[in-house]
Amino acid sequence: MHWSTDIWVWIAVFFTLSVYTFLWKDNPLYKFAESVTVGIGMGFGVVQWWNLSVVDRFWVPLTTRGTIGLVLIIPAIMGLMMVTRIVPRFAWMSRYALAFSIGAGSGFMLPRAIQASILQQLYATMLPINISWTGLMVNLFIVVGTLAGLIYFFFSKEHKGVFGGIANIGIWFLMVGFGATFGYTVMARLSLLIGRVLFILRDFLGMHLF
Amino acid sequence: MFWKKKVPLLIVFIMGFVMAVQYFVPSDFSKKFYDTYIDWAIVIGIFGGVLGFFSFFRVHIHKVSKQAPNWQFSLISILCALLMIIAALLGGRGSGSLFMKLFLYTSAAINATVFSLLAFYISSAAYRAFRARSTQALALLLAAVIMMLGRVPIGDSISFWTAWGWPSINEISQWILNVPNLAAKRAIILGVGLGSLLMSLKIILGIERTYLGSE
Repeated sequence: MHWSTDIWVWIAVFFTLSVYTFLWKDNPLYKFAESVTVGIGMGFGVVQWWNLSVVDRFWVPLTTRGTIGLVLIIPAIMGLMMVTRIVPRFAWMSRYALAFSIGAGSGFMLPRAIQASILQQLYATMLPINISWTGLMVNLFIVVGTLAGLIYFFFSKEHKGVFGGIANIGIWFLMVGFGATFGYTVMARLSLLIGRVLFILRDFLGMHLF
Repeated sequence: MFWKKKVPLLIVFIMGFVMAVQYFVPSDFSKKFYDTYIDWAIVIGIFGGVLGFFSFFRVHIHKVSKQAPNWQFSLISILCALLMIIAALLGGRGSGSLFMKLFLYTSAAINATVFSLLAFYISSAAYRAFRARSTQALALLLAAVIMMLGRVPIGDSISFWTAWGWPSINEISQWILNVPNLAAKRAIILGVGLGSLLMSLKIILGIERTYLGSE
């Protein structure tokens, strides 16, 4: 066992163990780690925002692309209007920038939602159902499951009779789907836990496990 | 009223309509318009960032100045944020710089650990969620257990029935993921798609106005 001599590894281990103290109860060590990550994250965000957005996407085009770049002054003025939210008396001016972003965003989403979330999904659901393994055990399940799931989410009609029966099948599919998602999430979290434990054992304690 | 409410609604309608139409018009002008919109949206977003940073510093400076409970942790957050900015100013932000090391060995390590912490809490959540009180809850339980076993080598090791030509736990878990799970997700995606479509229409037509605020 060779303990790491890298100060950064020691710092990372300190914070890793500090976070794990939360398993006992909320305590100052955990709160310390929490406030450090909030501050570091904010500092990281500020620096990246300055370099990637302000400099690369605003200042450089503004000063190098001539008239096309100068047009960026218009959204900059709208952006400044958004900042008026800080002063309650002028906060209404931020509505112009919000209106531009929300309006354009909604218009942007409208055809794309139809295309990606509706048409493409319907297209992928229209599968051939025939007497074969794929036809029965894959395609039939997908068609029935999707339709039954959709019927379950249709609340304008009471879930009774045949309609209720199909909605009930939808619940079964949704439950299996949620179970699969839960199981998958558990394994992803366990994988992260293994990663942290290996970091302590290998990088910090220098243990050669495999 | 006109400047504070009607003009913003008009801007929403015009921008929403133009952006929706732009998608269906495959021309150079349309593409240029779209690119310009993206550039403008980024510039407006820059000032949204200003609001976010202002809010962060205002909240924490207020806590420190008022010496509110746990104000010391707010001070730590402020100092760490300033430390990152100073580190970037002095040493740049390339790989191996102090800025990147601070990020990787503190924030990235803490975030990964917080997510791994959920491995413990998710177990107690699973106990509450998975108590098979109905056949449908049993379906959820079985799907989750099969999925978990299917992701690790022991899943295949205990699949003794493969000798009779039946699918292993790994194969069953893959089928659950690709078939019933896909069907359920597709129903949800279709529902979300219809919902976002309606919400977009309501915003463009001025029916949904909550973004304008209360005044």
